[in-house]
Parts: sequence; C-alpha cells; structure tokens
Amino acid sequence: MDLHNLAKKENKITSGHRLCSGCGAGIVINQTMLAAEDENVVVINATGCVEVTTTIYPNTAWNIPWIHCALENSASTAAGVETAYKALKKKGKIKDNIKFIVFSGDGGTYDIGLQALSGMLERGHNILYICYNNEANMNTGYQRSGATPLHAETTTRPWGKNIHGNPTKRKNLTKIIEAHGIPFVAQAATAYHLDFMQKVKLGLATEGPAFIDVLSTCRLGWGHPSNMACQLSKLAVETCYWPIYEIRNGRLRLNYRPKEPKPLEDFIQFQKRFEHLLLPENKKELEDLKRMVSDEWQALVKREDCDRVCMKFSKGY
Amino acid sequence: MKRLALTGNEAMAYAMKQSKPDVFCGYPITPTTDILVTLAKYIANGELDCEFVTAESEHSVASILYGASSAGARCFTCTASQGLALMHEVLHIISGARLPIIIGSSSRSLSSPINVHGDHADFMDMRDTSFIQIFSENAQDSYDNFLQGVRIAEEARLPAIISSDGFITSHNLEAVEVLKDEIAYKFIGDYKTPFSILDIKNPITINPLSLPNSFMEIKKSQADAMRQAKKVIPKVALEYEKISGRQYGFFREYCLDDAKVAIVVLGSTAETAQLVIDELRNKGIKAGILALRVFRPFPAKEIMAALSNCKVVCILDRADAYSSLGGPLFVEVASALYKSKSRPILLSRIYGLGGREIDEEMIKNIFEEIIKINKGQKLNEFGYIGLKK
Amino acid sequence: MKEDKYFAGIIKKPGSSMTYKTYVWRDGLKPAWIKKNCINCLTCYINCPDHAIKVDKDGNMAGHNLDYCKGCGICAQVCPAKPKAIEMKKE
Repeated sequence: MDLHNLAKKENKITSGHRLCSGCGAGIVINQTMLAAEDENVVVINATGCVEVTTTIYPNTAWNIPWIHCALENSASTAAGVETAYKALKKKGKIKDNIKFIVFSGDGGTYDIGLQALSGMLERGHNILYICYNNEANMNTGYQRSGATPLHAETTTRPWGKNIHGNPTKRKNLTKIIEAHGIPFVAQAATAYHLDFMQKVKLGLATEGPAFIDVLSTCRLGWGHPSNMACQLSKLAVETCYWPIYEIRNGRLRLNYRPKEPKPLEDFIQFQKRFEHLLLPENKKELEDLKRMVSDEWQALVKREDCDRVCMKFSKGY
Repeated sequence: MKRLALTGNEAMAYAMKQSKPDVFCGYPITPTTDILVTLAKYIANGELDCEFVTAESEHSVASILYGASSAGARCFTCTASQGLALMHEVLHIISGARLPIIIGSSSRSLSSPINVHGDHADFMDMRDTSFIQIFSENAQDSYDNFLQGVRIAEEARLPAIISSDGFITSHNLEAVEVLKDEIAYKFIGDYKTPFSILDIKNPITINPLSLPNSFMEIKKSQADAMRQAKKVIPKVALEYEKISGRQYGFFREYCLDDAKVAIVVLGSTAETAQLVIDELRNKGIKAGILALRVFRPFPAKEIMAALSNCKVVCILDRADAYSSLGGPLFVEVASALYKSKSRPILLSRIYGLGGREIDEEMIKNIFEEIIKINKGQKLNEFGYIGLKK
Repeated sequence: MKEDKYFAGIIKKPGSSMTYKTYVWRDGLKPAWIKKNCINCLTCYINCPDHAIKVDKDGNMAGHNLDYCKGCGICAQVCPAKPKAIEMKKE
C-alpha cells in the first residue's frame, strides 16, 4: 500500500469534524477511508461519537454518501441499503459498483446492536462492519459496555469500596462473529496502520459480510494525555491486551505475536480508568485483569498453532 | 376487473404484488403473517421480482426498509401488534427522513396480557409517528386502500400504514374486485425518489445531528407534509374512482345527512352497525354512521361539518388511551368538534378489546342510550360495551 | 411534493464541515514542522484524527493545516525521525 499515492487523492472524510482532540475514532475512520480510497463507498453510521461529531447540521465532514439511523440498527440499516443496491442494480437502475462500510462503537455492536448484527451476518449481506471499540459507551459519558475490561472504571461501574470498577470480563465478540461462519473476521489496532488498512481492503474485497473489531482509544473515557492514541494502541498490542489477528475461511492467524509480551502495566499506567489497579492494595484486581488478558492470549496462540497444524496435515482444511 | 375470493390479508398482498416493490422485508406475527407468506410465494414463483429479506425482528425490518428506502427502493412490509410496537423507534426515524415506506397491517391488541385477537391498540399506539394512517372496513377496502396508500405516501413523501380489523377482516374470505395488473400499476407508477444514498455523484448525509438551531424547522417541514397529505388523499381517491368505480373519502357516511344521533366508528364494525341503522330508520329514528377511513392526517374540519347537525354522537373506540379522558378516537373527534357552533353531546364507549365480540344487539343498546340522552336523560360520558359484570 | 430547504434534514453539501475551523480548540500548543528532519514517512498523516497534515500533489508531507489542527500532539509523538521533524511549540 503506497501511502503517498493514497494521500494525494481527495479524502472521503474531511477536517472540521468535532471529535475530541487526539481522538482514536478519528484515526480509525481516516485510515479506513484511505484504505477504501479506490472504491465507491456508502457509510452507514450507528449513533455515537463519530456520528454526532461529523454531521452537525447543516454541515457534514463526509464527501461520500453517509446515512445514520439509530444506535442499535446500523447493521440492519446497512443490510437495507445493500439490499436496495442489489434490487436496483438487477433492474439496471444503478450502474456504479458500490461498497458498504458500517461504523459502530462497541456499545452499538457488542450490546444493543448484537441482534441486528447477527441477522445481517447470517443473511450474508455484502457489508464491511467496523466496530470502533473504545471499550465503553463513551458518547454518553463513559458508561460500561460488554466490551469493558475487568476492573476498568466507568461511570456506571465506578471504583468504590464495595465494587471495584467493572465486575465482569469483556465479551469475546470476535468469537461470536466467527461462529456465524462468515468469510472474514479480524481484530486490528490503528498503530499497526498497514495491517488495519490491509484488513479494510480485504474486508471490502470479501464476498459477503466482513467484520473488523478495531481498538479505538478514547482520551476522555480512558483518561490519557491527548497525544497518546498511537502509543497506547501499540502498547495494547505489545502487551497482548489487544491481540491483532484475522480469521479467513476458518483459519486464525495472529498478525503480531510477540515472543515476550510487555508487562500489562506498560499499557495501563497512562490511563485513569485503570489507576486503581496500580495501588498496592488492589494487587488482586490487577492480577485478575492480567489473567483475563493472558487467558485470552493463550487461547489465541493455541488456536493459531492448532490451525497451522491442521492446515499441514489435512487436505483442504 | 375480476372478482377473486380473498381474505383481507390476501387482498392486501395482492395489492402489494401489483405495486411492484423493489424490497419487501418482514417478520411473522399474527394476524399479518399471511401477507408475508403470500408475498414469499409470489416471489418464489416468479410472479414478483423483488428482493425479499427475512429479518430477525421487526425492529430490523423497519431499519432495513429505512436503509432500502433511502437508497431509492419502493419498500413494503407487514406487521401488527407487538411487531409494530417493536418498530416504534424506527417509525419516527422513517417519517423524519421522509421515506414513503408502506406497512400493510391487520390491527391487534397489545400485551399484557398477551392476546392475539383484533383491536386497534397497535394502530392507535402509533398516532404520533407521522405515518399516514388508513383503516379498512373489509377486504375490498384493504385492497383499494393499499393501492391508494402507495400513491398517497409517495406523493406526500411520508410513510403510511394501511390496516384493517385483525381476524375479522384479515382472515375472512370475501369477494374482492381486483384491477388488472397493468391498470393497477399504471395507477401506482414507477417510484421516483428525490434523493438516494446510492447516488455516488451527489453524496448526501441522511439523518445528521440537528441541534436546537435547526431541529424545529426540520420537524415543521415534516408537519407541513402531513398537512399536504390531506390534499393528496382526495385527489388520489378521485383518480382511483375513475379506474375502479369505487368512491373513497376521509370517511364513509351512512345516513348521516339528516341524522340527529350517530356513531363514529373505525373498521369492520361500521358494516355491522349499518344493519342497526336500517332498523332504526324504519322506526323513524334519524340515526347515522361516520365510518372513519383516514385517521392520519386527521380530517377534523370534515368531521365537524359531517356531525354538526347531530344532537348526540357516540364515538366507539376499539382501544383505550388509558388517559381517563375516553378512547383515543373520542379525544380526536371531541377536539375536532370544539370549533363547531352546534356541538353535539359526545359519548365515549370502548368495545371489542382483545377480540371481544360486538354484535347488532350491542349496537342497538348504544343507540338506546344515545336516544335517552337526546331526550334529556343523564348518562355516563365514558363507558364500555359488552363488559362483563 | 414540494422539497423545502429543511426537507428531511438532509445535508447536500459534502465536506462542508470545512467551514468550521477547529483550531480554536487548541490549548496553547501547536505543532511545528522541521522540514530538514522530515523523512516523509507520513506516519503523522496516518495518525492525525483531523486530517490536519497537509500533503502536496504527489502526496508528500507538506506541513500542518493549522486551521484544523486541534493541537493534540499525536503527530509529534509518533514522528519516527531522529531528531524529530515535528515538535509541539507554544502558540
């Protein structure tokens, strides 16, 4: 991918939007749109930060067709647009080749939008669904979601005497998505921009639904300095907190597999949502979170190895 | 023109087929499932060329159609009751985005307790969604109203729901006169959209964030569309009359011209009541019926004019608004009559909830009450029909 | 159907958010490009949430668009050049 070549073309998303200074979601949409530079794209956006900040009437930051419906139904809205595209194309009323990209936060994906997403995947619509995952409902002021990690502090699960931040592990959504048997599922991080952009390209080239869960830093919700979006995204991968991988036609590949993961503290130390975990009295909670991360990582490593062996010894996997 | 034996649901499905939607999306729910499966059959047989989406919920049905309609496709669905209630959030978004999606429905009660039978709770529940709302008295109406509904919705750029009484109309086999396919489609015409999300050369942003400095103007523009729809409805009815010979207005009047006592009613009960009116007229009692067809936009002026000679009017509601103010239709009619110089005495009677039967005897009893009031007797303004003691 | 100005709240001016200059959000610091250090890798470009890195017609780094830069400092942080080609300076 030649960045210079992509950068010189007109961007599908412009400046002047009102995402926070240093927002990770801004990086997600910019990189996505850059990767999709050569395609005709319609964006379907769930309610959330990207939606409210990029389309404040009467102005829009989008240079391409963009549609929003509500929080929980971006997948079905996209399914409708794509279905109409099929119908009208068949009748010769549309000539262009068009691709469809959904942007939805983790709130609109893991929780309230899961049913619509499942329906869209199961029906096999030709859509790339990108979850910009900042691990809580940030647009309403940092309330926990199904993507919130263990013991992270949110405004609905604050750190208190009796309850220590989020009491539950985050949901393994990628696994749920994979279970739909769709051709392309991936996790990504914007610090590994070529990897992410390649996944966007692959997702767009996929016949049928494709899903990417991309970690999206949230300056205010995570409580980190404004210049750290890229650094934290990188540390999330290097500590195995947010492994980047892809599952294509059933085979899992880790796109980054550190020999020696960095200690989790490297990632959490910059974030207010984890600040309690670094206090000596909360050692147990820190260990719990580390175990969550390690368990998730080990499962992936095992799966990758297993898939590789299977590929080797069985014909046509 | 030919005559077919069709149920209300089948009649509606037939009208849907003749209107040639680009996208049909649905989810099964009693009593509208037959519309869905009839459409599925048409498509499977190649009688209709249309993308058919079996969604995983009614919420998604509405969302899928929202997306498809934004892309410039003619879109229909069918639903009722809980399904319509589940769509509720998206109904507002559909009308706000001015998408002429048409729902074919047969009205049913709302849970709890759960009950699959007909009443108008679901239809009334969507009063404020800015959908054009049309009600049918029988299967013929269901067919005629759906065809007209497509025209009205697309011309007014508002969504519409065409409903009838669940089971009573939806499942009853009747003789329905249908138009020839070509004539019906010529009346409907090709769908024209003022915008499309698939227009790559003219990219638009649909459903943006509107702050207090623009929200009211956008919503006022939507309200204007509903006012405009009032002009579209009679125009479309006139055109439809030319090809079908059947006349439609905002409502149907039966012996209302000189009536002193009358009832206002929605749906199939009007036909039952007609028999009672004939009997009363034979006895020299000037009784009449206003059978409402168009509930949104509400034809307030026309209702006022039609009822202004009456002394007592009883409004029959097949749903409750739980407002302690009487049924929802009663409230609307009462406010329509506020400006009348000769305001009749109004009664609110709730009947037929959850499929409770209503027969001629019960309607006769209502008229007995109305006549007593007309003679000066005092009776409860609010009440029920056929309620067990 | 008459289509009025406010019809459905649809926005027909793509990219019109450019009329809103977000530089006012900067909190005392702005990026400075030190051209002689720049290796033209576009790491800043690809990590800027605001498209506030300018490129020339060939797609080469051409400094900042300070009308839209919100001053977050990501570009300076990610700059891999040694010494750095972007530094945050007082306004």
